[in-house]
Amino acid sequence: MIQAMEAERPAPAAEGAVPAVEVRGLSKTYNGGVLALDDVDAVFPQGALTSLLGPSGCGKTTLLKIVAGLLPASEGEVRVMGRAVDGPGPERAFVFQDFALLPWATVLRNAAFGLELRGVPEAEREAAARRCIAEVGLAGTEGRYPHELSGGMRQRVGLARALAVDADVLLMDEPFSAVDEQTRRKFQEDLLRLRGVERKTFIVVTHSIEEAVYLSDRIILLSPGPGRVARIVEPEIDRTLSPEAIRRDPHYLETVEDIWQGLRDFVE
Amino acid sequence: MAARTARAAHAGVGAAGRRLRKDGTLAWQAASVLAVMLAWEIAGRIPINYAFPPFLAVLRAFVEMVLDGSLVRAFLVTLVPLVLGVLFSTVVGVGAGVLMGLRRGVEWVAAPVFIVLQAAPVAAIIPLVTFVYGIGLAAKTVAVILLALPVIALNAYKAVRNVNPSLVAMCRSFLGTRRQTVQKVILPDASPVIFAGLRLGVGAGFVGVILAELLITPTGVGDLITYHRSVANYAEMYATILTIVVVSALCLNGLQRIEARLFRPERREGT
Ligand SMILES: Nc1ncnc2c1ncn2[C@@H]1O[C@H](COP(=O)(O)OP(=O)(O)O)[C@@H](O)[C@H]1O
Ligand SMILES: [Mg+2]
Repeated sequence: MIQAMEAERPAPAAEGAVPAVEVRGLSKTYNGGVLALDDVDAVFPQGALTSLLGPSGCGKTTLLKIVAGLLPASEGEVRVMGRAVDGPGPERAFVFQDFALLPWATVLRNAAFGLELRGVPEAEREAAARRCIAEVGLAGTEGRYPHELSGGMRQRVGLARALAVDADVLLMDEPFSAVDEQTRRKFQEDLLRLRGVERKTFIVVTHSIEEAVYLSDRIILLSPGPGRVARIVEPEIDRTLSPEAIRRDPHYLETVEDIWQGLRDFVE
Repeated sequence: MAARTARAAHAGVGAAGRRLRKDGTLAWQAASVLAVMLAWEIAGRIPINYAFPPFLAVLRAFVEMVLDGSLVRAFLVTLVPLVLGVLFSTVVGVGAGVLMGLRRGVEWVAAPVFIVLQAAPVAAIIPLVTFVYGIGLAAKTVAVILLALPVIALNAYKAVRNVNPSLVAMCRSFLGTRRQTVQKVILPDASPVIFAGLRLGVGAGFVGVILAELLITPTGVGDLITYHRSVANYAEMYATILTIVVVSALCLNGLQRIEARLFRPERREGT
């Protein structure tokens, strides 16, 4: 089994290791009869940031939710660290597109909520939450309520909550879509920095080609109607460059253009 | 430690802001009450109707009725079935409503009953209660329940049904059990609508008990109103009516405070 996986596509970040997440023959038909995913195979290597990219409606959210265990697959299986799963698990944490923060809870309690559900004692979970709140740049807002925060700050609380449970795999559904462009760039850079220190596996849904190329080690392009894996791109961006330099880098621009040419067919 | 101090400071600022805001709204509320009293006084002195006494006369009647004990006695008689009925409706209504919201089976069995009850013209049904429960405490309690229970149950049901599904998914993705989901997400998220139902229910309970006292068992506040009207003591009649309105308003306000304290701390800070 493992042999077969390796033969198919070796992981760039952790060559030869078991992929953090792997999906095999995944199909999803919604109750109404909509075929959202059709026989999707994909590998998400350990320690890498993999983007799911495609036009809206192509099944990105559906795929991510199935990986998260929030939605049952109609066919196929999801393996996390080589083990088949059919529900949410402690090794995966989800960052929601609409933040999903408890409006009646402070930033601190929201960030600690995952640990609270696991029965971690208050002092311990609050210490962990404070650390993660600081890590996402929100130190000092612990006592505030979500309605007192901007969209970007709320998304960071959602990220802190996911970091606090110390899962190996972070699943993010369009984490930058609900914030303005400046916040978005800042957040992208923070995510790259976080990726460097946290050594976690990230699976990020996006519909922005630039964002996917800028952030990812690996991009899975989905084609719409029904969702299938169209192509896999490994941008190999030089991360030692500054963010501005990356955005001007010919290799970066070329990759963006290349993906756009490929996607164009679906949009037309 | 530092964080705790910071939080305390934040709470302090919040409290001060709250007081300020409250003083503002309090001033407006006082002004509006004063304006109504003044208009009443003037209308009573014109007079627009021989049965419409000026406000000061009503106030005097109120003080007299408090002093001679008749008002307090009447309220004690009225409040017992009211409290019993509202407590019963709260426990059963919120319980049934939440269960209907959580479970399809319960929804199918119970929801139609409450919907029919709510649609029924209860004032017409209340006299029927007499045949079953006589004219005592039980009849009045049943009248309160008839009015309060459906609205409380249906609101709790709607509240649970309309809980933010994203929060429920969040709770599940972080491995919350069903019980934790209900306790930590569904109930707090539903609480504003549940409490709105409770406020409506308490209001309806007042209507129920007074209706019962006017229509079937001449006791308590209802009887006091009937009596003073029959002997043309209009000031006393209005004093009784005004008192029941004020008591009802205070009850509803108290409920709001309980809600903020129990479930929604962020609302106390003001949005
Ligand atoms: N709950 C649902 N019931 C029925 N169809 C759905 C549901 N959610 C999504 N779909 C359909 O599945 C397809 C993929 O949706 P989604 O995964 O949300 O796409 P994306 O996230 O890429 O925009 C779309 O055609 C959408 O209409
Ligand atoms: Mg989506």
